[in-house]
Amino acid sequence: MQFGVFSVSDITPDPTTGRTPTEAERLQAVLRIAEKTEEVGLDVFALGEHHNPPFFSSSPTTTLAWIAARTQRLQLSTATTLITTNDPVKIAEDYAMLQHLAGGRVDLTLGRGNTGPVYPWFGQDIRQGIPLAIENYALLRRLWDEEIVDWEGKFRTPLQGFTSTPRPLDGVAPFVWHGSIRSPEIAEQAAYYGDGFFHNHIFWPADHTRRMVDFYRRRFEHYGHGDADQAIVGLGGQVFVRKNSQDAVREFRPYFDEAPVYGHGPSLEDFARETPLTVGSPQQVIDRTLGFREYVGDYQRQLFLVDHAGLPLKTVLEQLDMLGEEVVPVLRQEFAARKPAHVPDAPTHASLVAARDGKVEVTV
Amino acid sequence: METRTLAVVSAGLSVPSSTRLLADRLTDATVTALAERGVEVRPEVVELRDHARDLADHLVTGFPKAALRPTLDTVAGADALIAVTPIFSASYSGLFKTFVDVLDREALAGTPVLLGATAGSARHQLALDHALRPLFAYLHATVVPTGVFAAAEDWGASGASRELGDRITRAAGELADLVAGRPATGRATDPFADPTPFETLLRGA
Repeated sequence: MQFGVFSVSDITPDPTTGRTPTEAERLQAVLRIAEKTEEVGLDVFALGEHHNPPFFSSSPTTTLAWIAARTQRLQLSTATTLITTNDPVKIAEDYAMLQHLAGGRVDLTLGRGNTGPVYPWFGQDIRQGIPLAIENYALLRRLWDEEIVDWEGKFRTPLQGFTSTPRPLDGVAPFVWHGSIRSPEIAEQAAYYGDGFFHNHIFWPADHTRRMVDFYRRRFEHYGHGDADQAIVGLGGQVFVRKNSQDAVREFRPYFDEAPVYGHGPSLEDFARETPLTVGSPQQVIDRTLGFREYVGDYQRQLFLVDHAGLPLKTVLEQLDMLGEEVVPVLRQEFAARKPAHVPDAPTHASLVAARDGKVEVTV
Repeated sequence: METRTLAVVSAGLSVPSSTRLLADRLTDATVTALAERGVEVRPEVVELRDHARDLADHLVTGFPKAALRPTLDTVAGADALIAVTPIFSASYSGLFKTFVDVLDREALAGTPVLLGATAGSARHQLALDHALRPLFAYLHATVVPTGVFAAAEDWGASGASRELGDRITRAAGELADLVAGRPATGRATDPFADPTPFETLLRGA
């Protein structure tokens, strides 16, 4: 099982000091967080994509390429890549390029994006979100899987004899996860292609996650990619951890109370009960995280959100230390002990190449 | 006799509340009118004041807490709705509108609705038709022709009180006719139970 962190790249004032980091400071902080993710022994760093303040991450592949050059093992991913408003041709090119630079340590998570004005800024209509996600991905798939593409659709200018370059590394495209909070069409899409399904699993009741994952698993089996429990599932999660749970709650509360998304609403205690947010000791984080398995089954990837709401870099790095030293080693052991042998790990470039070569031999 | 569910939403803020008083009288009259038509009905009363904090949290977080969910389901799943609000600043109260705002967009589509409103003075009575009725038209609800407005004086003077009673009876009769004349509401469709196959989605794109 893979463990990692995901960042949405928000630039938020620290409510305890009133100070807002500059764009440059926050950008550097996220780079440091990514390096630290590898240093503490975690597996994945994923970065969001946004096209409006207070976020900086408009160009995730640029950032991820820098991180790739500074790390050895870290798997790089996105949370999420906008399949609706990006040109699928540019996604095909950018992520194949990144895949080469990172030596295959790249996958991506596609999402629709929920910021209304981004759609018209990029010439699209938010009411067409699902059809855009479906058509654009169908094209993206072909651009990676086929050398020369003739294509015509509803949303983009047609292509005749187009070859997306560079070709995917070793002829195998990056693995794709599809993310959605509650649109069955996107879980259906992930199942149809046999791709992964990622549920952000933060800020919302776990029941959304349970229903979506259960549906994805059933449809994955329906489309003949394997048994339902062999589908590839990733989850987000939000944690704040200190040795003593009282210290965790005391320190996190001002950030919670002022946070974008949920601040000035429910209490920290309410929100921790209603959503997967866990604020407490390493053991509390371990117990809660192991509990996710009870409603989604054995899954392949767990990413934590640890750096939003204005938390200072120093605190975030301490969070990563605790995850790496006290939380994730136990989770690795416990999840592995529970996982049946027929449940696969998350695909990597090496496993996808091996699977492709295996398939070729079978058909020859 | 068949049993239907009647959701009753009252947005009164004081205890006791004249809004709730009107809601109860409309409910009793509707239960009686439906019984006369051979339909048994189970009223489920929602006092919005009890959910004021959860409704505000819903606005901020985008999802209902576990404590609020059954209330939203009650209203969305009901065979009919009686909705009564005080008139504040020439319109329905903010609490009432907040509740409407967090309902699923299709929650009241086709649902028979009886509208009621209360205020300190009869000068507010057109708010029923100028504010409430368009709101429920937007929700695609089927609103009965008679709305019932009760000003402070309607609870006192004997002639006026009889007039209020007549309006309540007439409105309840209209709601009962609508409910009795249609089949019971089916359960809301589950988008996960009957998925659109991907080939269909792909062709539609």
